[in-house]
Amino acid sequence: MTTQWAKPPEGSWTEHYPELGTGPISFRDSISPEFYALERDAVFTRAWLNLCRVEELPEVGSYLTKDIEVTNSSLILVHGEDGRIRAFHNQCRHRGAKVADGSGREPELVCARSGWRYALDGTLRHVPNQDSYFDFDTADYGLVPVHCDVWAGFVFVNLDAQPRQTLREFLGPMVTGLDDYPFGTLTERYDWVAHNNSNWKIFADAFQEYYHVPSLHTQQVPAEVRNPAAGFTCGHFQLDGPHRLVSTAGTRRWLLAPEYMYPIERATQSGLVGPWRTPDIGDLPAGLNPGGIEPWGISNFQIFPNLEILIYGGWYLLYRYWPTSHNTHRFEAYTYFHPARTVRERIEHEVAAVVLKEFALQDAGMLGGTQAALEYDVVDEFPVNDQEILVRHLHKVTLDWVQEYQNR
Amino acid sequence: MTDKRLPSAFAELEPFAQTWCLPTETERWDQRLSSSMAEMQSFYDAFFPRLEEAIEYCDKFSLDDLPDDATNLLHLIYSLVMVAMSIEIMHQPAPVDAADAVMIRTGEPKP
Repeated sequence: MTTQWAKPPEGSWTEHYPELGTGPISFRDSISPEFYALERDAVFTRAWLNLCRVEELPEVGSYLTKDIEVTNSSLILVHGEDGRIRAFHNQCRHRGAKVADGSGREPELVCARSGWRYALDGTLRHVPNQDSYFDFDTADYGLVPVHCDVWAGFVFVNLDAQPRQTLREFLGPMVTGLDDYPFGTLTERYDWVAHNNSNWKIFADAFQEYYHVPSLHTQQVPAEVRNPAAGFTCGHFQLDGPHRLVSTAGTRRWLLAPEYMYPIERATQSGLVGPWRTPDIGDLPAGLNPGGIEPWGISNFQIFPNLEILIYGGWYLLYRYWPTSHNTHRFEAYTYFHPARTVRERIEHEVAAVVLKEFALQDAGMLGGTQAALEYDVVDEFPVNDQEILVRHLHKVTLDWVQEYQNR
Repeated sequence: MTDKRLPSAFAELEPFAQTWCLPTETERWDQRLSSSMAEMQSFYDAFFPRLEEAIEYCDKFSLDDLPDDATNLLHLIYSLVMVAMSIEIMHQPAPVDAADAVMIRTGEPKP
């Protein structure tokens, strides 16, 4: 990929956003228990956080529980009789037992210990021996609600007592440019979880720049046609509030000479960038490729703080990075395809899912060493190039949110 | 009683079936990492030349209605995809540079 993509008039993507600066950046925000505590209060307790998609709560009474370690929260998400999805703290108002565990479908939520029964909207409906309580009104003891809203089928919660922005305001025009993307038709899912030994931002960084790809992921190109001097330049970067986007050009795999693919890719017509050909999923919104890159390959939306939606032609990846301490995190990864219509399509999806893990493990393999080395705290000025603008932005936005919280 | 797992057209692959007809990615991953390169190479060499034929065989059936022997063949195809990562791409059982990283597949469509 030697194409020279047009840059903004300032001469670089970074200088197009002057508030970013161009100096070296610090990663002390990723090695400090004190900063982790601030992040918990300033970021994870105040930002909208995506927990799942609506397809995971398909029917009235469908529920699932989710833990958010950094805020020490256990939540229940429920599909109500009015069709709304609501979130509650997963705690029975009678002496605090968890009301639900895992997922399922029930007409009401029943605490296994107390037998207290809650309607799907959280209202306390039945208490055994209610007349033996004192001054007791069921209206005072519903499940404790958490702000919950849905965008494009993605279910978000906000743990703030009073969120400062609605979900749509928070997401802003760049992300909501995906309003009309047909996420709801891509429901064939592969899921992974990883418990990684680094700060959450260090892993998010691995997936928001492609500068490292030719060096770390040399195997993405067969050895016979590998160019050791290859670089990779992304076509378009964009920032909007706390969120980030990178788009790259893409190659139509089946047009390449065969030696540019591994035998397993040629045999299955699938591989690193997914199935070579995907079914028509209808018109795609202009917001998918706001830089107008042709031929368009991917758009990678980094939604603050911890969600990544990476859209390929006809399928997408979703990553969530959940902090579990200042130097560990839980990583969730998903691929979403259209439901396979044939066995051949299912095999194409399996190939894409297998290849994805190969290279994600290379990224994850760097984390322990990186985190340990950062914690030596010898160097704290790291130069960041223009292709790494999104790394610069994530760390700046996180610090901005923390400082704004401290100064409120 | 027969202990044949695969469609008769793929009978020559029976010696690999017991090891590699594995329904979940977690089992296939564990089998890959506990196999030698020589073991995987012999599976790859035996099966890869017939891979496209095997895909076509399975593709004759509906996903919802795969006979048991075709389901086994599909699981063998999935294992070949897994083994191809070691044979074609990484030239060692585990991904190069993955260090101690672990990523567990917790959900997948069936079959």
